Amino acid sequence: MKKEISFTLNGSEVTVTIDEHLCLIDILRGPLGQTGTNEGCREGECGACTVIVDGQAVNSCLYPAFEVEGKNVITIEGLQEPNNKLSVFQQAFVDHGAIQCGFCTPGMIMSAKALLDTNQNPTEDEIRDALLGNLCRCTGYVQIVEAVKQAAVQLKNKK
Amino acid sequence: MMKKYSVINTPIHNIDGIAKITGRAEYAFDIKLPHMLYGKILRSPYPHAKILKINTKKAEGLTGVKAVVTGKDTLGIKQGIWRRFKELCDEEILARSKVRYIGEPVAAVAAVDEDTAEEALDLIEVEYESLPGVFGPLEAIKQGAPQLHEHAERNINVTRHIEWGDVDEGFKKADHVREDWFRCSSQHHVCMETHNAVASFTPDKKLTVWTSTQSHYYIQVLLSWVLGLRENDVRVISRYTGGGFGSKFELDSAQFCSSLLSMKLFKPVKIILTREEEFMATKRRTPMFYYLRTGVKKDGTFLAKEGRVFTEGGAYTSMGATALYLTGFFQAFPYVWPSYRYDGYRVYTNTAPTSAMRGFGAPQATFCAETQIDLIANDLGIDPIKIRRKNAMYPGYEVPGQATIQSCGLSQCLDKIEKWIKSQGKLPPNRGIGIAAYGFMSGGIFNWFDTPYAFSSAVIQVKIDGKVDLYIGSQDMGQGSNTTMTMICAEELGVQVEDIRLHMGDTESCPVDLGAWGSRETLMQGNAVKMAAAKAKQQIIEYAAAKLSPNIVYDLDIKDRWVHLIARPERGLSYYDVVKEAIRGKDGQPIIARGHYTPHRKGMISPAYSFGVQAVDAEVDPDTGKITLKNCVTAHDCGQVINPLGVKGQLEGAMAMAAGYGFTEDLPMDEGKILNPNLVDYKVLRATEMPETKVIEVETYEPEGPFGAKEAGEGLTNPTAGALGNAVFHATGLSIKNLPITPEKVLEALKEKKKEEKK
Repeated sequence: MKKEISFTLNGSEVTVTIDEHLCLIDILRGPLGQTGTNEGCREGECGACTVIVDGQAVNSCLYPAFEVEGKNVITIEGLQEPNNKLSVFQQAFVDHGAIQCGFCTPGMIMSAKALLDTNQNPTEDEIRDALLGNLCRCTGYVQIVEAVKQAAVQLKNKK
Repeated sequence: MMKKYSVINTPIHNIDGIAKITGRAEYAFDIKLPHMLYGKILRSPYPHAKILKINTKKAEGLTGVKAVVTGKDTLGIKQGIWRRFKELCDEEILARSKVRYIGEPVAAVAAVDEDTAEEALDLIEVEYESLPGVFGPLEAIKQGAPQLHEHAERNINVTRHIEWGDVDEGFKKADHVREDWFRCSSQHHVCMETHNAVASFTPDKKLTVWTSTQSHYYIQVLLSWVLGLRENDVRVISRYTGGGFGSKFELDSAQFCSSLLSMKLFKPVKIILTREEEFMATKRRTPMFYYLRTGVKKDGTFLAKEGRVFTEGGAYTSMGATALYLTGFFQAFPYVWPSYRYDGYRVYTNTAPTSAMRGFGAPQATFCAETQIDLIANDLGIDPIKIRRKNAMYPGYEVPGQATIQSCGLSQCLDKIEKWIKSQGKLPPNRGIGIAAYGFMSGGIFNWFDTPYAFSSAVIQVKIDGKVDLYIGSQDMGQGSNTTMTMICAEELGVQVEDIRLHMGDTESCPVDLGAWGSRETLMQGNAVKMAAAKAKQQIIEYAAAKLSPNIVYDLDIKDRWVHLIARPERGLSYYDVVKEAIRGKDGQPIIARGHYTPHRKGMISPAYSFGVQAVDAEVDPDTGKITLKNCVTAHDCGQVINPLGVKGQLEGAMAMAAGYGFTEDLPMDEGKILNPNLVDYKVLRATEMPETKVIEVETYEPEGPFGAKEAGEGLTNPTAGALGNAVFHATGLSIKNLPITPEKVLEALKEKKKEEKK
């Protein structure tokens, strides 16, 4: 069954015709050409496909595409600031060397953003909990956790 | 006084970082071409069976299906990376007459979309005649066991023997002799990007393949061989690789099947392996059964060691023959053994082939060796640090007939770890600190592939604005070699990282490098880059010398873009100005230089070795057997650190993978079927499960390495399982010799211990 859906993607209204059985990742990577969101397992276990839907970090490989109707979706492509500067999350990941192969990175950053959007003073345990669903096989998470801490501090200072 | 280095040993951001954190990095996974079709692979459900008939008619008739290929559509070449040893090339990839493991490819489909291709797989009719299978090396090597390959009696695939000194005499002199059996489990690489490829064959008979690989050169050569194409009519592109860890330098089913289908259709075909296929059929760490007999003096001096190993080969040779050699070599590391004898047997079994994985046989060796050393120390009442210090390798030591150790910071690493352990004071009950020492190669010198090229090459072009185009053949799979090579080039040439534009990941434009395996890149590609940069610098200096006309006894150098007299740094010229004039002076030719590296007379294994000692602090819950990692501290000698930011990430990442090997990761099987081919049941450590980690650098200078550098990312996979096991031993008095060290095994051992105590 085909269906037309409209939603906000990274601040812009988009309308796409979708097959109803598709998941959000399929339309992001397919017709919308947003390949920054990666797919590592397609069973909701690795978190590489994490995007933010209405403030919540979700696995886009399990999220039914039709359910984003009218919602606000943010992907890694939507993180940059209006002047094209890197967001504090992106800059923190670069600064701390929290990137190796990079395949988990966009999902990891989205989970971090979802956390800091609701909790401005996370403890290290809260950061690790927020990243629980995101597997990284390269870093051992240390530099990633450091990066999220830095982002938290910078976001607070900005305000 | 100028700083010794202006780029080396400075924390430099990953040069691919911006592409990766903005989602712009284009992995092969992301490639989409006009008219592209999607492929799927049909895999054997049997661990051992004859293929009697394959009927593809129904599948071909399905709307949307464009082609189906089977073994009949191939040249029937048994391939492998062992081009110098034809009998070890034993894998067809698309089986023609027999399947030997569950997951072995038997057919592939190209269709308009993945769903249609998937549906078509169900319509392919394969008639099998099931054969009895054999699943463990100890069973497979027995007389009368089912035989996998006609040429391999008792399923023996490869044997290795290493020996030096008089082992029997050593045991006679020993005050204490210990014998132990160990079982080392398998492990999966779990690259976040699954194996995939997009192949595009065009009417001019040229094939382009985008893929996720650790060696675009190997894939180019292997594809041209099995497809009957000219080597340089195959172009392999791999700009970003989403993890490798040893799983991505052999030819894989996605690369081969997509190429075959594309050659049939003259259209691009993309195949992405699912996570389940990845687990079932993309190779894995070699399980090993280890027997160790060790003789020592009362004071802990090592005298003799004998090791015998039976490794579970799986259905094909893969890279397993090298793992068999390296596990034998590293079994004697990082100590001085006056006598040593090793016999290894790699045995074919009806299981997924086992191959290279980070550490390449050494993590297994180190687990067994380091566990046994603690048992010996305990038997003799000697401190674990002291027994290791007494027998530690040292600079200048020669491993008889195998290797020469140049730089070696092992003793300093032991000192640092001893200090850290002391600083911890007395631990609460059920807590223990275990240590393990290790070493690793810094660039495997093996050339089973029989490349006629230098092991590594680099080309440099300096343009009119001083921008440097650096062309390298090495592959960055996340370990950061792109940044490392850029830094080495910038340092040697006397410019900054932002002056370099890197070109990599494309056989068409890059010089040959054998790829990212065996911890090769920093030393081998690094030396090639350094040589090219030095030659380019020489050309620039020649023009500056003409201009500055110094006394002939003065030497010139470039640093921070300043071409100057070394003895009088203030007398110099801007790098940019000199380059402009040099290019004009060369009749408009850019400055071009080449560098290369091939190890000559560097022993059997590697030109250099890294060393280290790790301490793991763990708590064992006596009621549940649960192990909690509290602390993990590593003192590490990787020679001169090139990029501190990169080394840190490599060490922490290796430790996470190694801890997984030690206590959570395993591939249990039932008659050759992997029981946990998903990320729920296969336990990769998550962010909440990581201990506090600390890395202590011990700097040495390695004469073989660029600026004194050695490997950093792989060796640290070796010690953790052993250190963890020893921590459990010191916490509970239980030595678990069977990986992974799970709560069930701890509880079982606790029960046994209680029974013993009652007696």
